Amino acid sequence: MDAEAAKLLGAGLAAIGCGLASIGVGSVFAKFLEGALRNPGAADAQQGRLFIGFAGAELLGLLSFVVAALLIFA
Amino acid sequence: MHQFSIQPLFGSEGWSIAGYNIAFTNSTLWMAIAAVTLAFFVAGGMKRQLVPGRWQMAVESFTGFIDGMLAANVGPGGKKYVPYIFSLFMFILFANFLGLLPLGVIGLHAFTFTSHFSATGVLAVLSFAIVLIVGFAKHKLHFFSLFVPHGTPVIMIPLIFCVELISFLVRPFSLGLRLFVAMMAGHVLLEVLSSFVISSGNAGIGLFAIAGLPSFILMVGICALELLVAGIQAYVFALLTCVYLNDAENLH
Repeated sequence: MDAEAAKLLGAGLAAIGCGLASIGVGSVFAKFLEGALRNPGAADAQQGRLFIGFAGAELLGLLSFVVAALLIFA
Repeated sequence: MHQFSIQPLFGSEGWSIAGYNIAFTNSTLWMAIAAVTLAFFVAGGMKRQLVPGRWQMAVESFTGFIDGMLAANVGPGGKKYVPYIFSLFMFILFANFLGLLPLGVIGLHAFTFTSHFSATGVLAVLSFAIVLIVGFAKHKLHFFSLFVPHGTPVIMIPLIFCVELISFLVRPFSLGLRLFVAMMAGHVLLEVLSSFVISSGNAGIGLFAIAGLPSFILMVGICALELLVAGIQAYVFALLTCVYLNDAENLH
């Protein structure tokens, strides 16, 4: 396998990371909703933390996109 | 891809200061448009009427939103950061939305400058610099206690210090990277889907019905998602800046 093909395969494998991050983002919102429905009174105050968790989960998925882009273009 | 290429406009490619090119590019143009639109939007709401009209209400709900965010995350000491966080949030929000405008319909090309790391990186470094300046000005060298949380066992201190230091230093990168990648990925996705529509349309009516039409419907949905992402990313950027400012303002 030459280097170019290996790079493209690696970029494709990096896309798995995007899928895994989507599980993470889904679980962040799912758990929030679960808690919010149990105690709607406390839900609004926790929205900031929800988005901090979302940002963390999303960033790690976006990093896999960056890895893929670096493999293809750099 | 053409939509991300930066070109000098109005014959300004030769402009330079001390050997650095300072050409007026399309990125600069859209930053200026975002700033002017924002100034226009805010100026329209500065009437200070007792019973606010629609416009004043729109501006005041944004300032109230930022005010509430700082009060919740930083506390009473966060009041003085409202102008910075408000400008940051609104600038990014306007930039993201202006970049999504369907101006291609009338032959213009919208440019999302938040899809470039050089633009978002500077915004992130600005936030990080404010955190450092506030932290060191307010707590002097005591600011370093940020890296050793309260109640850490003595044996763990070297390890925790390294981990906290790395997580602190990586903040400007993660802040800038998140916005840039989210905006770029969304625009690339739209471009890929639109290329499906165009090439399947060129290939004949049958292929268009199978591949082009579903992609087009998906594109409309993704456009709505992109509007959501544009708002969320501006919000997350402002929120994380608030969280980091809280570290600087109150330590742990």
